[in-house]
Amino acid sequence: MSEYLLEMKDVSKAFPGVQALNHAQLQLKSGHVHALMGENGAGKSTLMKCMFGIYRMDEGQIFMDGRPVVIKDPIDALSKGISMVHQELQQVPARSIGENIYLGRYPVKKLFGFIPMVDHKKMYADADRVLKKVKLPYDSTKAVGILSTSQMQLVEIAKAVSAGCRVLILDEPTSSLTESEVETLFDIINDLKKDGVAIVYISHKMEEILKISDEVTVMRDGHYIGTWDAKTLTTGDIITKMVGRELTRLYPERENVPGEVVFEVEDFTSINPKSFRHVSFSVRKGEILGISGLVGAQRTELMEGLFGIREHSSGKIKLYGKELKVSCPKDAIDHGVAMLTENRRVSGIMGALSVSDNISISSLKNYLDYGIAINSEKVEKLVAEDVEKMKIKTPSGETPIQTLSGGNQQKVIIGRWLANSPDVLILDEPTRGIDVGAKYEIYCIIAELAKQGKSILMISSEMGEILGMSDRIMVMCDGRCTGILDGKDATQEKIMALATQFE
Amino acid sequence: MTASNIKKSDYLSRFTGALKSNPIIVLLVVVSIIVGFSVDKFFSWGNLGNLISNTAIRFLIALGVSGCLITKGTDLSAGRQVGFAACLAGVLVQRGNYAGRLFKSIPEMNMWLVLLIVLVVGAVIGLMNGWIISSFKVPPFITTLGTQTIVYGICLVFTDAQPVGGFQANYTRLITGRIGNPKGFYLPYLLFVAIFFGLLFWFIYNKTCHGKYMYAIGGNEVAAEVSGVNTNKTILRIYVIAGVMYAFAGYLLAAKSGGASASMGMGYELEAIAGCTIGGVSTTGGIGKVPGILVGVLVFELLKIVLQFLGMNPYYNYIVQGLVIVVAVALDVRKYIAKR
Ligand SMILES: Nc1ncnc2c1ncn2[C@@H]1O[C@H](COP(=O)(O)OP(=O)(O)OP(=O)(O)O)[C@@H](O)[C@H]1O
Ligand SMILES: [Mg+2]
Repeated sequence: MSEYLLEMKDVSKAFPGVQALNHAQLQLKSGHVHALMGENGAGKSTLMKCMFGIYRMDEGQIFMDGRPVVIKDPIDALSKGISMVHQELQQVPARSIGENIYLGRYPVKKLFGFIPMVDHKKMYADADRVLKKVKLPYDSTKAVGILSTSQMQLVEIAKAVSAGCRVLILDEPTSSLTESEVETLFDIINDLKKDGVAIVYISHKMEEILKISDEVTVMRDGHYIGTWDAKTLTTGDIITKMVGRELTRLYPERENVPGEVVFEVEDFTSINPKSFRHVSFSVRKGEILGISGLVGAQRTELMEGLFGIREHSSGKIKLYGKELKVSCPKDAIDHGVAMLTENRRVSGIMGALSVSDNISISSLKNYLDYGIAINSEKVEKLVAEDVEKMKIKTPSGETPIQTLSGGNQQKVIIGRWLANSPDVLILDEPTRGIDVGAKYEIYCIIAELAKQGKSILMISSEMGEILGMSDRIMVMCDGRCTGILDGKDATQEKIMALATQFE
Repeated sequence: MTASNIKKSDYLSRFTGALKSNPIIVLLVVVSIIVGFSVDKFFSWGNLGNLISNTAIRFLIALGVSGCLITKGTDLSAGRQVGFAACLAGVLVQRGNYAGRLFKSIPEMNMWLVLLIVLVVGAVIGLMNGWIISSFKVPPFITTLGTQTIVYGICLVFTDAQPVGGFQANYTRLITGRIGNPKGFYLPYLLFVAIFFGLLFWFIYNKTCHGKYMYAIGGNEVAAEVSGVNTNKTILRIYVIAGVMYAFAGYLLAAKSGGASASMGMGYELEAIAGCTIGGVSTTGGIGKVPGILVGVLVFELLKIVLQFLGMNPYYNYIVQGLVIVVAVALDVRKYIAKR
């Protein structure tokens, strides 16, 4: 009997233009949490997709309990006891939560003893039990579409857990969870550990890694760098191993000086009584306003309302003192207000289109010759600049964005708004899924934009990011603005106090 | 990053690569060469001219429908719109002294004025499609299923289900008109029309905001909208352009046939959609190129001529054409799956 439950040896995998994996390896022990670390595009997701049978390896072997196995496809992987929570959510929004959880393995009963049919009663009863375990207060007959991103992620986790697996792959499971949900997830993980499940945990959040994992494997550019006992490592060690150099600071020095008020919101109220209501605030020129709150605080909804994605029933938006009527995103964009939306897959990337098209789409008007023909050279120049500035890892500008790693897709979308050069930039979780090194680059870009006099509104669920980057912090709770703190004297405690001020 | 992807690429391997990635096209070219050498008159200037004229008209229709397909829509009313345009053009260009004139009260009209009227009517029908789809969010499949029937009905009412003939001579000369030796090598005017529109659409799709917005909507409509694309306007424009293209094709078709009837153009939408998909326009949206569309249409027309020369029972043609559509698309999709 091998000491490892599952072992991947010497795995290589090439895509057109990229060697995604180059003799990578991984060893999982039963009952252990194994953190897989690396920069964006290091090959973490690809390695996991090889294990889960989504990709075929060019080279390499997989052993389970010491015996070589071949994993043909995801169905095969599931039957061997491997489950995966994907980095990008994969759900059927119009169907119920229960159906999504049991998709592909519906409980079946026999009608009249011989006609097989889906046993809905059992399915929903089981699903309700699983939902309770992940502390999701919903009836499993409700459609998945009504859930928020973080709740969908919980459903995805519920799905993997309910499959009764021996190996569980979690690819950035917490990228859209809030702290309390992360706690719930850790409880679930600890239960699974007791049952002897081997867990692969991929995340860019350092605190989590040290808290939950037993071993850490680091990858860089598709190569295996090494595996260490988590107890012997510090955050600094991991970062150095990931990036290949030392990273001295997490947030840049900010040199922006807030000026006159640019963007004002008065008494803004949603048409939905459960959503944001009576919110008033203002943002100055060259100011970064952090927006904090628990999940469900309606931060995203408020910002989407300001950007014209959602409707509002009353309230005013003023830009440079003039009232701004916004009924669709185009209105906002035409007046220099831009927004990086929360869910990259749903409202960010245009998958089949190239990196170049994805970057240039909202600023095309700037590259026209004779007012009609797009000048490809100008677009290429812009793309090259963005790729360079944000270190986007892509074979070329013509590569379809869907083949990029998650973090790199995010950088492309940020590039889209940099190209558009708005006066007011709304960022909803801008560093979601971005590695530590690149995060710093993005913070630098945000700081630079503020210095240039742009007004920034930044929603973030990462406390460190909010405290480290904001000039002022607006805290929301249950659709209301419960307070605005000055960045200099804000603390985690003060923010939490405001964030839990329920009526 | 770059070192690994630049493999030794000699011309031979690149050539075989191109062959492998377009099996259906290779197959058809091979078949037509074989047929060409075994059947007399296959390689004749007349046959070439015929192929060009047929392809040109189908190409215009396919260009029209391609925008709908790229934005994940479709246009089932294309064929009926072609038929209606043909009848409308036919009725308006009848000779003043022709006994069977349908509307005796209207004077003989200049054929270019007729073209203008036909195009405007086409644009209006397209506008209707686009408006229903973008403003009421009725799925394109359903919308155009409805307009297909409506347009056919209007056409029947308008022509009273009678065939239309007796066209002005210079109108039919549009199609029979050619450059070159009438007995030997010649190029029909239609070739130049097709080239013009091919270039125009290539320009629109690759070089204008409208084109980029179209691909963006096909790639992800929500993302396009939050990026500031006016999705409704773009979709409206796509269907109007499509309507104009069908109308133009109908105008040419009536001239080519020297007569028009309400049943004209039936099923053309399916041929156009098939041509587009064979040419690599993806039904999942966001993908499709003008040269591909041309190749798709050409292949389909070539297939028809080959079958005709083989002297096959015309009923079998449908079976073969259907098989080609399915096989071509299946092979095409495999290209993407293989990449995993
Ligand atoms: N289907 C694909 N086609 C082509 N290239 C791909 C494909 N999937 C991944 N890649 C490339 O492989 C490399 C590794 O990607 P992968 O998604 O494994 O990175 P990752 O480590 O998970 O990064 P992140 O932290 O950003 O999620 C990237 O350069 C990516 O562009
Ligand atoms: Mg990944």
